[in-house]
Amino acid sequence: MLKNYIKIAFKVMLRNKLFTFISLFGICFTLLFLILITAAVDYSFGPVAPETKLDRTLSITMGMLETESGSNSMGPLFSPWFFRKYVKTLTTPAKISISSYFNSDVIYHEDKKIKLGIKYTDAEFWEICDFNFLEGKEYSAEEVAGTAAVAVINQRLRNEYFGDKPAVGEILEYNDKRFRVLGVVENVSILRIMPYADLWVPLGHSDTDLDFPTLIGGFPGWYAWLLAESTSDFPAIKAEFQQKLQHIEFPEGRFCKILTNATSYQEALARQFFRNEDGNIGPFMLVLLGLVAIFMLLPAVNLVNINISRIYERASEIGIRKAYGASSITLTGQFLVENIIITLIGGILSIILAAVILNIFNHSGILADTILTINYRVFLTSLGFAVFFGIVSGVYPAYKMSRLLPVEALEGGE
Amino acid sequence: MISLKGIEKVYRTDKIETTALRNIDLEVAQGELVSVMGPSGCGKSTLLNIMGLLDKPTHGEVLIENALVNNYGDIRLAKLRNQKIGFIFQSFHLINDLSVVDNVELPLIYRLMPNKKRRELALAALERVGLSTRTRHFPNQLSGGQRQRVAIARAIVGNPEIILADEPTGNLDSVMGNEIMDILLMLNQEQGTTIVMVTHDEHLAIKTQRVIRLFDGAQVS
Repeated sequence: MLKNYIKIAFKVMLRNKLFTFISLFGICFTLLFLILITAAVDYSFGPVAPETKLDRTLSITMGMLETESGSNSMGPLFSPWFFRKYVKTLTTPAKISISSYFNSDVIYHEDKKIKLGIKYTDAEFWEICDFNFLEGKEYSAEEVAGTAAVAVINQRLRNEYFGDKPAVGEILEYNDKRFRVLGVVENVSILRIMPYADLWVPLGHSDTDLDFPTLIGGFPGWYAWLLAESTSDFPAIKAEFQQKLQHIEFPEGRFCKILTNATSYQEALARQFFRNEDGNIGPFMLVLLGLVAIFMLLPAVNLVNINISRIYERASEIGIRKAYGASSITLTGQFLVENIIITLIGGILSIILAAVILNIFNHSGILADTILTINYRVFLTSLGFAVFFGIVSGVYPAYKMSRLLPVEALEGGE
Repeated sequence: MISLKGIEKVYRTDKIETTALRNIDLEVAQGELVSVMGPSGCGKSTLLNIMGLLDKPTHGEVLIENALVNNYGDIRLAKLRNQKIGFIFQSFHLINDLSVVDNVELPLIYRLMPNKKRRELALAALERVGLSTRTRHFPNQLSGGQRQRVAIARAIVGNPEIILADEPTGNLDSVMGNEIMDILLMLNQEQGTTIVMVTHDEHLAIKTQRVIRLFDGAQVS
């Protein structure tokens, strides 16, 4: 039966070349857009180096502090003091790291202005992340404890600052300090916002007083990473953290309530869609989601219309099939199979197109060091989109068709 | 085999109401070959469509082998059509995108059957109607008479007990018409298939065992 359906599907596609072209164009364009978004989202949130241990990592980033009067502060607002006192002391994670987000800055060297992102980290940062060292190594826990003037830089900064030469042991001047370069790592895309920087130095070099008792950490924001032995430890880690928060001090005096969580990447991503205490960029993601929905809906409506026209053109065939024993459900199945076949063809075409576009994008340097690819996750998600699109645009026409009496269908669907 | 009791069919639009069939009581016995005659628009095709469960009567009962089928749902009706009834239409109603043999296989794809067996039965049906050399052709490569033979092969491939033919020779010349009629007679006589045939042609009607005449939606004989 399936062979018969597939045979018919191809015949119909070849018979109505204009309809087929319009359908394929709509499907291709929509899926292409979705594949590109999926590739970008996958690159930003999937387990891409140096964040290869994402599946075992929890992060504490966003949160909310509420005052007695009910006003509140939200965002990535916690201080190093908070993280050192209430996070670093957790016993359930295998490793705990505290770092700042990157801070954009410039340095002037030999008449050159070099833009860079600087990040303050502890030694555990290098153990949780999987950086690829081109030369040298990371700084140690002792060097972090002693706020040694040492640094890790990326390949781009090395090339701009030192020329294309080995940099380990060389001195890099930043903010009137002389940092000895310990290691050089491969560049990281800015889409990987947690590990991204050009220059990494020990925590103590930050202007923020790490020991000053305050909950709010200030610009550029701080976060903690908790590496678990396995995902099965997540509930225990989360519970221990919440337990700590029960007895928290409020050194500022004005706050009385704190809300924050240790979340996996998936949870953090999901939170962006449903604004709550942890997210203040929720509305942006909702707008993005809305745009995606509209983008998918419009071609789907168009395809529904085309499919209805196609169905009425084939009313006689439907009548014949009904007369010879096809039930409405069988015919609905046939029509869905046909529709899924055409959307899968559109899906494959759009994956090929997306591969070409991503290749051009990757070589264009629009987003430095960002290599968007169609890996198996993107591929499967795209296929999922195609099948979903095929079903959505096929169900209504199939339902309409199934309501025809055989005699009506034989007479041309009138 | 087929019983119609008090059948009435009314077509309603916003402005007018047309009665296509009124108070039809009819019995067709197993193995009978019956023709239905009457002027154009008298309700012959509507009657055949109701017998074949392709259309629903406005009032009245349709019984197939003494089972009242009026209230059957879509799936049961589809199964009944598939197992018991074969249709032959004036305008052939073949699927142009499918080859001759694929068209003939159509009723069998809605039964659980291995592909090989289905193909064997379809080829055997085509052999019976004398079209075994045209199995790979497409309908638009055949003459009218050949297309109707394909339609007959499709109607008989599932070995139904009833064949309903709506002016099967209407689009054919007299020579081809006679050939088609001979095939129907053979099916009736050799296999005991119950056949109800709508026709305008008295010469064909004479060959049937009984003629039902309709006029303005009512049975007159």
